[in-house]
Amino acid sequence: MKALAPRTLDEALLQLTQTPDLRPLAGCTDLMVSEPEDRRDWSGVLDLRGISELRGIEWRGETLEIGAVTAFSEIRDSPEVRQSFPALAEAASRIGGWQIQNRASLGGNMANASPAGDSLPVLLVLDAQVVLVGPEGKRSVPYRDFHLGYRQTALGPGEIIGWVQLPKPPVGATQFFRKVGTREAQAISKVVVALLASVSDGQISDYRLAAGSVAETPVRLTEVEESIVGRALKPEVADLAGHLAAQAVRPIDDVRSTAEYRRFALAQVVRRMTLQLVR
Amino acid sequence: MKSELFVNGKSRVVEGHPMDRLLDILRDELGLIGTKEGCGEGECGACTVLMNGEPVLSCLIPRIQCEAATVETVEGLAAAEARAFLEGFVSDGGVQCGACTPGIIVTALALLRDNPHPDRQEVQTALAGNLCRCTGYEGIHRAFDRGAEDE
Repeated sequence: MKALAPRTLDEALLQLTQTPDLRPLAGCTDLMVSEPEDRRDWSGVLDLRGISELRGIEWRGETLEIGAVTAFSEIRDSPEVRQSFPALAEAASRIGGWQIQNRASLGGNMANASPAGDSLPVLLVLDAQVVLVGPEGKRSVPYRDFHLGYRQTALGPGEIIGWVQLPKPPVGATQFFRKVGTREAQAISKVVVALLASVSDGQISDYRLAAGSVAETPVRLTEVEESIVGRALKPEVADLAGHLAAQAVRPIDDVRSTAEYRRFALAQVVRRMTLQLVR
Repeated sequence: MKSELFVNGKSRVVEGHPMDRLLDILRDELGLIGTKEGCGEGECGACTVLMNGEPVLSCLIPRIQCEAATVETVEGLAAAEARAFLEGFVSDGGVQCGACTPGIIVTALALLRDNPHPDRQEVQTALAGNLCRCTGYEGIHRAFDRGAEDE
């Protein structure tokens, strides 16, 4: 097996140009949950953790840029993230436990493309952009166009995730994150929800809602958003939002939960988040 | 592939497949069987070790990511640190069946290095990734309390 651990992005891209089917590695917290025989069958691996260009959190003008291999512990503890993107800081502190947060990366969560990835609904409500790099150069795609289907992404052959860019959220917007699992920590979500909302003159002026584990990819619930924006901020709006959210998703029964419970939990979480705007 | 690791303060050179697990390197190649395999899927925390000072799950780390790493296992840590906590762990019922014990001790010692007097919430956050299948968390909390008293 080819096993490469480049120190620079140029070196990594050169390797990917020569061998596009190298499997990129970051935190490995999902990849290593595989049968050892399967891992031995991979033709080659490219460890991205040592590439400093792909690590770190930095403002570039009005955009916060997070390197793909940045670990969730760094995101959780980042003053920049905590101040401007509290929903992402909360997600980072709720993914796995300490041990997972020390290794698992934001780019890995995206590339793994699970419907239950806890950071992913947050990226949807923050209107994140993803910068991909590969043999053909760099390109930028909105995160909502990145995750195409169950474990399918827009990554082309030899392409890797370089950075995630988060536009500064609107002044005065409130952000929420909540995951519902069997345990408070370390459980794969039955439902995971992110909301960004603004209120002005007693009206909901911005309402961006996304959920995971309720469809084959994490989803922005745009129909709910359209129905809620412009409404007067009253407790009944919270009930309506929860009701509409439950109607908007198509969850499944699986080992972790049932479709019925997922709809119920989603409605409750959305209702409570929206009620907090009223208070 | 051949790699050099610094395990409990000693240089060790190991060789094998790039996707072998750190857990197996420690147990099978270096004979450090204090680190236990629980679930083998990153859910339970039994195989926790410190890598470059941070708690990590050795069942999820491939050999290719171990080159030049500093690794501290329960053998190295328990010999050197936080006597009061460890004595409390034994005397106050921190150990029941023992399956989670090495992982909990490693995570706990990492917490105590940064924060010698953690409160209950801080202990819970730090240990969120370590499952005690006996649900003996009260005894584990008492060990922290004992460690703090004896400082």
